[in-house]
Amino acid sequence: MSSETWFGLCGAVLVGLGLFGLITHPDALRKLLAFNLLGGGVFLVFGTIARRGAAAGFGGDPVPQALVITGIVVAFASTALAVALLRRLAEAGGEPAAAAPAPLAEPPS
Amino acid sequence: MNLSPDVDGGLAVLIAGLALWTIAVRDTFAAVIGFVAFGLVVAVAWMRLAAPDVALTEAAIGSGITGGLLITAAAGRRRRPPPQPDGRPRGIVRIAAATASVLAAVGLGVAVLSLPTPAPTLAPNVALHLGLTGLANPVNAVLLGFRAVDTLLEVFVLLLALLGVWSLAPDRFWGGRPGAAQRVDPHAMLVFVARLLPPLGIVVGLHLLWVGAVAPGGEFQSATVLAAVWILATTAGLCDWPPVGKPRLRLVLVIGTAVFLAIGLAGLVIAGAFLAYPPAYAKLLIVAIELPLTLSIAAILGLLVAGPPSREPRR
Amino acid sequence: MAREVTTIVAVCAGLFFFLAGTIGLIRFPDTLSRLHALTKADNLGLGLIALGTMLQAQGPLQALRLVVIWLLVLVSGSAVSQLIALRVYRRSGQS
Repeated sequence: MSSETWFGLCGAVLVGLGLFGLITHPDALRKLLAFNLLGGGVFLVFGTIARRGAAAGFGGDPVPQALVITGIVVAFASTALAVALLRRLAEAGGEPAAAAPAPLAEPPS
Repeated sequence: MNLSPDVDGGLAVLIAGLALWTIAVRDTFAAVIGFVAFGLVVAVAWMRLAAPDVALTEAAIGSGITGGLLITAAAGRRRRPPPQPDGRPRGIVRIAAATASVLAAVGLGVAVLSLPTPAPTLAPNVALHLGLTGLANPVNAVLLGFRAVDTLLEVFVLLLALLGVWSLAPDRFWGGRPGAAQRVDPHAMLVFVARLLPPLGIVVGLHLLWVGAVAPGGEFQSATVLAAVWILATTAGLCDWPPVGKPRLRLVLVIGTAVFLAIGLAGLVIAGAFLAYPPAYAKLLIVAIELPLTLSIAAILGLLVAGPPSREPRR
Repeated sequence: MAREVTTIVAVCAGLFFFLAGTIGLIRFPDTLSRLHALTKADNLGLGLIALGTMLQAQGPLQALRLVVIWLLVLVSGSAVSQLIALRVYRRSGQS
């Protein structure tokens, strides 16, 4: 199995792991981590496709690589917004998993 | 490099193992550290995939600055009383989630294994038209030349995310400074490092920007290095986050996008399409876009890590 | 030929220090001794690997970059070690 296929399969495993963590973790920050893992897996699959498209003297197809760079930056932007939301939610005392009884109880998962 | 694919297989297994640990470990802080380590190993994987620009971006943004943000978030959650989980999902939900995940992973794996063998690629197209952009780095030529619209929209997304973060501040803090005021002993270790590294960081950042035309690098990697030394200086107390309402700060944030948009609209008039560059001036226009863009992105990235304003503005 | 052999020897020695540092990180009982193990990995391990790869560098400028990388890791590693140790010291003083 060639090296890029290894990384493509690794990306597929990451997508599965990230999806599982996103759905099952009760803590919001862990969901965020799982979401980032999911994104990382997708980027690795892109990287596999880019590597296989090596031609014309380049080591890889530059278009998927540029898309991945854009994706990494946008993933960071959404992570930053999510972290700010979580912090504000915790400050406002309205965390869905807070110990205090909340007036609007979130149904579990 | 002609290392055997088994090394890459080992690297892939290591990445999957780190991801599994990040999902499975109980302590949230440990999971964040695992994620940072995961990001760094993935950066090595990107080098093995012959994508040095992506490796730089992953190490800087994906692992470095995201890691800093998440560590601060996880540490903050530690300080506040940990919430009682509302109950782990019922067994049926976990089984359904596991099934969906396995299906997704297997489906994607099958897709990876059955990719068409004369792999379709746009590399010859890029190589053919590379001379028109005046750049020698194909990834930056794609980012700033052939797919410049994507980059423009990406910077808009960054600005929108920053606006979203700012809008989370309580009304009385609007226009104030983010973060908390740091009072740090001037002889402390952190202050020493924060005095030592920023000049080097600025040089490295500018070098990454300039060399991005011909070698791996570019404005995103450069902006991240600049943002990182800004965050370091602020954390050490050497400078404070600027008040969010300050007009000069807002000018710095917007100028990259404004110049990009202006050159794009000028391209409508001069070269016949939005963001088209007349070939004789392509390199000049791209540099003219890159310089303010790097400044803006560095400021946006730093402020995204700083968070919403949390101190009252001085009247 | 001598260059390749020296590179391999240096990198293997560096790997040994990394291994020792990792074992120390996992097995040592408290934070301060773990920091002690990590500095061996950071300073000596990375230094030896940098030395080994410097011999394969194309030109003095690339070799200089490797040295600068090692120095940067030294600075940041030792600063972070001191900060962690200071925090541990203050915590233990309070308890």
